[in-house]
Amino acid sequence: MLKIENLSVEINGKQILKDISLEVKKGEVLVLFGPNGSGKTSLLMTIMGFPRYKVVNGRILFKGQDITHLPVYERARLGIGISFQRPPTITGLKTRDLVKRCADDKEIDIETLAKELNFTNLLDRDVNDGLSGGEIKRSELLQLMVQQPDLVLLDEPESGVDLENIALIGEAIKGLLGRAPVKAISCRSLKEEKLRKKRSGIIITHTGHILKYVPADRGKILYKGKMCIGGNPFEILEQISKYGYQECIRCLGINNSI
Amino acid sequence: MLRDKQLDLETLPEDEKGLLAEVGIEVNEERREGSFLQQDLDVVHCTVKQEGLEVLPTQEALERYEWLKDYLWQQVSSDKDEYTKAVKEGPYNGYFIRALRGVRGLKPIQTALLIATPGFVQNVHNIVIVEEDAELHIVTGCLTGPHVSKGKHLGITEIYIRKGGKLRFTMVHRWGKNVVVRPRTGVLVEENGQFISHYITFGEVKSVQMFPIVHLNGSNAIAEMQSVLVAPPGASLDIGGEIVCNAPGTRAEIVSRAMTTGGKIISRGRLVGAVKGIKGHLECKGLILKRGLIHAIPELIGQTDEVELSHEAAVGKIAQEEIEYLMARGLDEEEATSMIVRGFLEADIEDLPAPLQKRLDEVIEETSKDLM
Ligand SMILES: Nc1ncnc2c1ncn2[C@@H]1O[C@H](COP(=O)(O)OP(=O)(O)OP(=O)(O)O)[C@@H](O)[C@H]1O
Ligand SMILES: [Mg+2]
Repeated sequence: MLKIENLSVEINGKQILKDISLEVKKGEVLVLFGPNGSGKTSLLMTIMGFPRYKVVNGRILFKGQDITHLPVYERARLGIGISFQRPPTITGLKTRDLVKRCADDKEIDIETLAKELNFTNLLDRDVNDGLSGGEIKRSELLQLMVQQPDLVLLDEPESGVDLENIALIGEAIKGLLGRAPVKAISCRSLKEEKLRKKRSGIIITHTGHILKYVPADRGKILYKGKMCIGGNPFEILEQISKYGYQECIRCLGINNSI
Repeated sequence: MLRDKQLDLETLPEDEKGLLAEVGIEVNEERREGSFLQQDLDVVHCTVKQEGLEVLPTQEALERYEWLKDYLWQQVSSDKDEYTKAVKEGPYNGYFIRALRGVRGLKPIQTALLIATPGFVQNVHNIVIVEEDAELHIVTGCLTGPHVSKGKHLGITEIYIRKGGKLRFTMVHRWGKNVVVRPRTGVLVEENGQFISHYITFGEVKSVQMFPIVHLNGSNAIAEMQSVLVAPPGASLDIGGEIVCNAPGTRAEIVSRAMTTGGKIISRGRLVGAVKGIKGHLECKGLILKRGLIHAIPELIGQTDEVELSHEAAVGKIAQEEIEYLMARGLDEEEATSMIVRGFLEADIEDLPAPLQKRLDEVIEETSKDLM
């Protein structure tokens, strides 16, 4: 699904990501750990194609196609979707109108979907305008659920979300990743429903709370712009909480060069 | 009398009807309580359906009501500038609209001031009186007729809102390329009265300069003034407004959204807190798409303590971050831009008349395309 080869990225001339290689297979969910400022958000933003993140080396392949230089909207149309850590406010644009636009001509019952996400009362608010941290996460998920991308990039989907809403968000992400049925999305035929495919995802998390709900196949740590470790996400999380990032990386003897 | 030689609005030429529609004037008057159309200085149509409402040409109203002369030049001073002087010297006409005490729940009254002759100088003096506890909605369109690109519109409007009265005043401008426009408006609001105004202009014009002044003289009176301005290349708009809070409990709000696609906009706003216990907010947002100039001048004047006045002003281009956000949802740059521009302009306006909405959509589409 996604293949990244020797990717190096700069922002304003400063190197943020160093020689990263990574693969996410069809239907696979990868969890990305790493301390603040290590480059996790930057990696997702680069995959999505925001021009601020300048690829100075390497390439990104999606569904076999080199997308390294494609504009953002073409990547979106190819099937990549992102939930932002800090999305901008757009005054005057109703969330409902944006969600409708994301749905395009897909048959999606936006009202039911919004209800499932406990978002009904917020549909008529301007996009992200004055939304709380948790509300923003739900807004992002709503847009993604309507967009139905094949590769879902989730940047700390559970941060700032209260305990009740975290279950709700967890279920939504499960649906988004094709691991649970979504009522509001009507399939044109039963066959299609049966064929409901598992989607791929990269999830950034600090706490790992979301892993209670979302099946994760693999974990990795991004440290100071370098991709360090691959393994069982629960084990990695345990190591990090026991020993801390630096210690963890050293103990595991991986990538001592940092 | 004028009433006998009414012109049927439906018989107007199609192109003129189209222009009127764009400023909110419906030739089918079903959804209107009254209509007024002045071409140059001639009032060609003036009707009212409802008991308790009056719509008259100002000249005729002055003949009919001796007392009306005491309402002239009270809210706007006749020696304010060369334009007010010119109107005073006349000849002029305009509309007189009065809602009698307690009249409310009505459909809007529509008025149109149209320059029909190229190069004409149209002098206008309007008087609006909303008596106690009455409610009125006036939709007014000021425009040039088909094929008229040059002219001058000098318009005095004096508005009186008595205790508990409420006026919604929606004004749309649509001018020829070389038209000079100088409205001079003064509003008096008494206790518990409300003045809510919307002003919209997004077409060509040479220059508009106006700065209506609202006096909130009775306690708990409210004024809200919103404007949506688009300046195409060659247009110069100097537009603002002042609300003076003269009584306790009064509330004032001025919101302006200005966008230039090449023209020049000075967006002014002034709130004056003259007594304790008043509240006012001013918002001036400017969007420069590519070229053009926007000069925001928000002013707050507190003349005593315990006034709560605030303002928010911002001028700049569309945030790249917002465009990219929408692009991540699959919108191309042009569509993302027009969505953001539409949001910017429409954030505070309620339902626009359909033809006006269509015009605005066209403007947004053209400008977004032009940006690519
Ligand atoms: N626009 C920018 N200009 C300059 N530096 C930037 C910019 N965006 C990110 N950076 C820097 O790049 C580095 C990586 O940032 P990034 O947001 O990718 O970290 P992160 O791993 O997502 O952190 P967190 O866990 O705090 O979200 C940081 O040092 C950050 O300051
Ligand atoms: Mg981050």
